[in-house]
Amino acid sequence: MKRAIILVISTMFILSAGIVFAEYPEKPITYTIPFNPGGESDITARFQEPILEEILGVGVTVNHKPGGGGAVAWSEFQRTAKPDGYQVIGVNIPHIIGGPLLRKNSGYETDGFAVVMWFHFTPNALIVRADSPFKTLKDFIDYAKANPKVITVGGSGTFSANHLELLRLEREAGIELTYIPHTGTGPLVPAILGGHLSALMNYSMLPVQQGDKVRVLAVASEERVPALPDAPTFKEQGYDIVGGAFRGVAAPKGTPKAVIDKLAEAFTAANKKIAERQLPMGFVMTYATGADGDALVEQMGKAYSDVINDILEEQNK
Amino acid sequence: MELFWKVATDLMDPFVFLLILGGVTAGLFVGAMPGLTAAMALAVLLPFTFKLPPLQGLVALGAVYMGAIYGGSFAAILVNTPGTPSSIATAFEGYPMAKDGRAVEAISIATISSAVGGLAGVFFLLLLSPPLARLSIKFGSAEYFWVAMLGLTLIASLSPGSTLKGFLGGSFGMMLASVGVAPIGGENRFTFGMPVLQGGVEMIVALIGFFVIPELFNMAAQGRAALAEVTMDSKERGTFFNAVRTVFSMPVNLVRSCIIGEIVAIIPGAGGSIANLVAYNEAKRASKHPELFGKGTVEGLVASESSNNVTVAGSMVPLLTLGIPGAPPDAVILGVMLMHGLRPGLDLFTVSGDLTYAFILSMGVAAVLMVPVGMLGGRLIYKVIVKTPHYFLVPSIALVTILGTYALRNSFSDVVIMLLLGTIGFILRELEVESPAIVLGLILGGIAEVGFVQSILRGTSLEHPWVMLFQNRLSQIIIVLMVLSFSSPYLSAGFRKFKKGPAELLEDEEDVE
Repeated sequence: MKRAIILVISTMFILSAGIVFAEYPEKPITYTIPFNPGGESDITARFQEPILEEILGVGVTVNHKPGGGGAVAWSEFQRTAKPDGYQVIGVNIPHIIGGPLLRKNSGYETDGFAVVMWFHFTPNALIVRADSPFKTLKDFIDYAKANPKVITVGGSGTFSANHLELLRLEREAGIELTYIPHTGTGPLVPAILGGHLSALMNYSMLPVQQGDKVRVLAVASEERVPALPDAPTFKEQGYDIVGGAFRGVAAPKGTPKAVIDKLAEAFTAANKKIAERQLPMGFVMTYATGADGDALVEQMGKAYSDVINDILEEQNK
Repeated sequence: MELFWKVATDLMDPFVFLLILGGVTAGLFVGAMPGLTAAMALAVLLPFTFKLPPLQGLVALGAVYMGAIYGGSFAAILVNTPGTPSSIATAFEGYPMAKDGRAVEAISIATISSAVGGLAGVFFLLLLSPPLARLSIKFGSAEYFWVAMLGLTLIASLSPGSTLKGFLGGSFGMMLASVGVAPIGGENRFTFGMPVLQGGVEMIVALIGFFVIPELFNMAAQGRAALAEVTMDSKERGTFFNAVRTVFSMPVNLVRSCIIGEIVAIIPGAGGSIANLVAYNEAKRASKHPELFGKGTVEGLVASESSNNVTVAGSMVPLLTLGIPGAPPDAVILGVMLMHGLRPGLDLFTVSGDLTYAFILSMGVAAVLMVPVGMLGGRLIYKVIVKTPHYFLVPSIALVTILGTYALRNSFSDVVIMLLLGTIGFILRELEVESPAIVLGLILGGIAEVGFVQSILRGTSLEHPWVMLFQNRLSQIIIVLMVLSFSSPYLSAGFRKFKKGPAELLEDEEDVE
């Protein structure tokens, strides 16, 4: 008798779990992009949208909530989003790592998300104009050693992937550069082409777009980027610098695992389809889901911890 | 020649034509709604364009962009609310005209001017891309700072009462621009511990607040809609041809406004929101009767609406040649191009020339199609607004405004900020501190700050970093322009006195004889 009851109950559990799994999703999903329309996050989401709708069988609404380098959307999401799988949000490394550490009252926490997946990586690249006297990374570093702070390097944002990477290069190579933050990737192009800066630290897409107008001195990836076969990595040239922006999607903390898995499955399928278009643009596709996703956040947090500590020390002075 | 025929046949495709027509119409209505921007319309369209071949996708986006910038004039003329920041100056003249019962005339003139501007932009893009592209990259951080300073001198002419009060408004606007995460340095400023303020005060939120809310208060207080009902002439055909005649009777104004629009368009980040104000200001300075500006003068309307539509195709000069998006909608178009494997640069005009030229010319077609679509749509909107009793109109506009503000960033806080700024704007207007000066300060404050700090940072290794602000030839030219612009009202007043002086002396001498 007792055994029969256990059997019935456990069958019910299995069935109900199955029902939950089969039922989700049953209404449209809201996919928030914490940046402006037209950026990498937005365009990727627009691309995923129809594929996700096809796989999940419900509508996926992409909306924007830009501001504060993502902070406006992330803080509201962590405060208000229900963990039912119908609200997801775009997340970025290192933004979600650096923001809460370096800015008071950012309103969100690095580990306050349930990461569904990190779907691509755009490595940082050190870029100069085609007619620059710096032919190699060595030229660049030698000059910087002899002339501290003279080289001006532009990048997108403060405490951003570009900025943190430049600080890491300064530490690793023992040089002093002058970082000039810009409001996004767009304004960097005229700044370098017009000769207003000596170099850029920006993502791998920029040199792909600009072709032979610019030269890449080094890319911060493990291996060479498929779209830039001639650009050497920092590692090849003796500097252990790997970094850039990872883009992914997250649900609110506490979302059931079955739901997260279902979403991860859909995003993985979408990513495979998008790959053929994004690879030639300079993206590196990633498929970090579940524990791999959390591990990536931790790993990148460690990689940037030295420079972040430096900044914190500076701030507390 | 072969290329020409290929492009022509591509554009003759009825489906492409329908896309342009549909795009212009959709854009017009999006632009007419305060809060809905051209960039947002393009972003929503993006998934659909992926399913289309590259040309058709780009054509649809270009048409929506063109229609949206033009559509902003309707709200500006009819309810004194620039539908997009590109129509701020349109409201200065269009709304007083509408109040006098000349709304249909104002809409017709805005339509013709927009079409002329749109075509002029296509002309610049088609024929002058290489030199304009070279000019556009000459603008570095120092030049941005000085351009913003030059823009601030507009305040003197945008504040009809007292220049001092104008600058007070401008300073308030610049202070609003500094709320949120600092563009350089990244620290939180004036957020008072509220995470939502990290995003700052969005320009369009402020625009809606400062322009619509005071107007609604006025309408409610007066107990009637401000628009005077005009006896609709059944034989209105005359208005259209009269408008054509009026617009083309001021060729100097048109050419000047189009050139101003193009120059502003190639400076990345400026765009239509600044072009319309600069063109308006220059039209006023050149006018024989500047004192009539702000009271329903056609010249100002023509200047604003022609210059802002130049920026649509005009801002694609740096986009197509260098891959530099001049304005947010351009960023969306760049994204689509890259997704289709089209890389900005010389290849675009040679290897995929048929596609590029067809895209450029399609924007010209869109500009022409704005005339019939706008004349019909404009009258429709006008009739709805005039026929609606004020006790329905005020709450309806309020509702649309609130929805538009919310939709901008899906943020309820933006609605609160909008209402708050609107109330402040109403009080300040009673004190004769005008909204345009505040909004101009908000637009230019950010540009000035970024340009200034970047220039000083670039000079880190120098003994006097501020030298960076003065060393380029282009900076020096802009500084001269700024000084001239700032002092011209005083100079011309002095000049008139001077001219009058000797003449009077002569008369006196004659008297002696």
